[in-house]
Amino acid sequence: MSWKDLQQQLADGNYIASDELAMAVYLATRQQRPLLLEGAAGVGKTEIAKQLAAINQTQLIRLQCYEGLDASTSIYEWNYQKQLLHVQASRTETAEKIESQIFSEEYLLKRPLLEAITEENTTVLLIDEIDRADEEFEAYLLEVLSDYQVSIPELGTIKARSKPIVVLTSNGSRDLSDALRRRCFYTFVEYPDFKTELAILHARIPHIDAELAGQIVGFVQALRKEELEKKPGVAEMLDWAAALAGLGISKLSDDPVELQATMVCLLKTQIDQYAVTREVTERLAGKVVA
Amino acid sequence: MKTTQFPATVNGVSERVAGFIAHLRYNGYTAGVAETEATLQSLRLIDLQDHNQVRLAVKAVCATDKQSFDQFDELFTSYWFNRGREKTSTANSGSSNENQQRRHRPGVEDSMVADSTGTAEQADRNDVAGDSSSDGEGRLIASKRANIIKTDFRELVTPELLQQAQVLAYRLAKVMRDRRSRRYRQDQRGSRLNFRKTLRNSIHHGGVPLRLYRDTKPDRPVKLVTLLDVSGSMTVYARVFLAFLKGLINHDTRTDAFLFHTALVRIGDALKDHDTMRAMNRLSLMAQGFGGGTRIGSNLKLFNEQYAGNCVDGRTVVIILSDGYDTEPPELIAENLQRLKRRNCKIVWLNPLKGWRDYQPVARGMAAALPWLDHFAAANTLESLAELEPALARL
Repeated sequence: MSWKDLQQQLADGNYIASDELAMAVYLATRQQRPLLLEGAAGVGKTEIAKQLAAINQTQLIRLQCYEGLDASTSIYEWNYQKQLLHVQASRTETAEKIESQIFSEEYLLKRPLLEAITEENTTVLLIDEIDRADEEFEAYLLEVLSDYQVSIPELGTIKARSKPIVVLTSNGSRDLSDALRRRCFYTFVEYPDFKTELAILHARIPHIDAELAGQIVGFVQALRKEELEKKPGVAEMLDWAAALAGLGISKLSDDPVELQATMVCLLKTQIDQYAVTREVTERLAGKVVA
Repeated sequence: MKTTQFPATVNGVSERVAGFIAHLRYNGYTAGVAETEATLQSLRLIDLQDHNQVRLAVKAVCATDKQSFDQFDELFTSYWFNRGREKTSTANSGSSNENQQRRHRPGVEDSMVADSTGTAEQADRNDVAGDSSSDGEGRLIASKRANIIKTDFRELVTPELLQQAQVLAYRLAKVMRDRRSRRYRQDQRGSRLNFRKTLRNSIHHGGVPLRLYRDTKPDRPVKLVTLLDVSGSMTVYARVFLAFLKGLINHDTRTDAFLFHTALVRIGDALKDHDTMRAMNRLSLMAQGFGGGTRIGSNLKLFNEQYAGNCVDGRTVVIILSDGYDTEPPELIAENLQRLKRRNCKIVWLNPLKGWRDYQPVARGMAAALPWLDHFAAANTLESLAELEPALARL
């Protein structure tokens, strides 16, 4: 399978990938190295992992990172209560025997990272918003991602049965370490250009009117050039398109009041909603309709 | 598009790729042997004849952040395609055709074909010369990037410098803030067991401690209050320091900041604006709006009277960014610092002049302030700011 085939497969799954992204995904899957995606929110970083899982017909294991994420919530934890009950139930056994029993895989609670590498089949492991996790976790992750193994003091080292396809995403709220960056294939996902975004819209909402679709994409692209706190991503664009289609609007310039009301789909902060007044909306709409 | 003519001694793809990686390294990429290996492996998976595929593949391997990602295409063309210059030749079309034909013979030395191509070859050589000069330019970028961190703020203020100042400040603020209490409090993910509570609760389960209770040391974050001098003598540093302040304050509600000059202005709220550039511009305007002189002493007095009660306590670090040149009697500074110190806070004075060679704190204001400071450091380059980290962590 060449990278063009992969790009086509993604397109069949309604994901329009840029050349850079498709190549990075292709190399990452073929060479079994993690893929690091950066870019603004809403450009489809998380979505690519879902598509990869769909293409390979495997399970998607997702680890959402947050501040304070630690090994016990991301890798493994002992099922303490179950261990305790077992000890209570088998009082007649010798201590060594009980110990060997309660520190076995049966009493291990697998968290996403361990789960991903112990699956029989290759899975897609999505580590979302890695920049939110602490630096200690990042260091821990490095170990798991380079050797694909986890060491548990009581059990020994658990080696990967299969190497998962790892996708890391980051919004750049913190700088990632060089070590992690170098271990990954890297792509910066930009907002799509007009043509690509139009293709995405048609792929996701196939029944939408072609003329309206062009206007929607043109409008959103113009809106991104305005001074906004939070620029609308592709997901917002799709929401908006669905809203417009649902309301039965066929031309952006038809009803300015209704158009302004639908802007809630695109503008996600109070300041932005304030900044994009009806005049601004009409000006942008006027441009794309004409 | 013309391909680069490699010397005959370089043979095989691997050596050229190694050369390319070195070229990237020159330009500030963190690329090494591992990248060369990964690149070569990636090249096996794609069609080598298609330069676009090669570019995409090497980009995925070697780029590590947005900057290197954006820069990559240019570096790629400059290395492999003589900077991607098309021949805009005035030479006759016949020889340029010939040129086209031999473009995939990169191993051939120039001198061997020089006679046969005549005038076109001349232009060709110019191109090669152009490449080496562009290469030099590439190195310039690299050295600039490495240097920027050592440049005195007076000489250069670029958006990326502001960005870096902000990132740095954020790190410093984190170092200072990260304080733990000595007491323990119940916490789900605590570091040690709370035996009393665990045992008490085990009575529910007939003496089996089914649920474990834990304790942790809660955070006792340090508050930061920054006083920035924006008088005439400090204006050259003002923008960078404002960016620095912005980084310190970043989304933290417990910090506060003030500008002073001849008057004292609270800017904490303005700094919390999410849009960095907008906040910067607004503040720069605010800073310029004042007169020229400095009144450090009376501003400290004002700060003590009006704000210190609210925002300074035993867990506060007060950071003063000033060069210490004052138009008032130095005793006023000493007196007010002493008063501030009575609140049991830490006082850090960052002076951009201190970074200069042979600096002595001769400004009378500065000399008077010294006994009351917990830390006195230079702040004229990003590097000097970065060096603060261990000192501030100790405070």
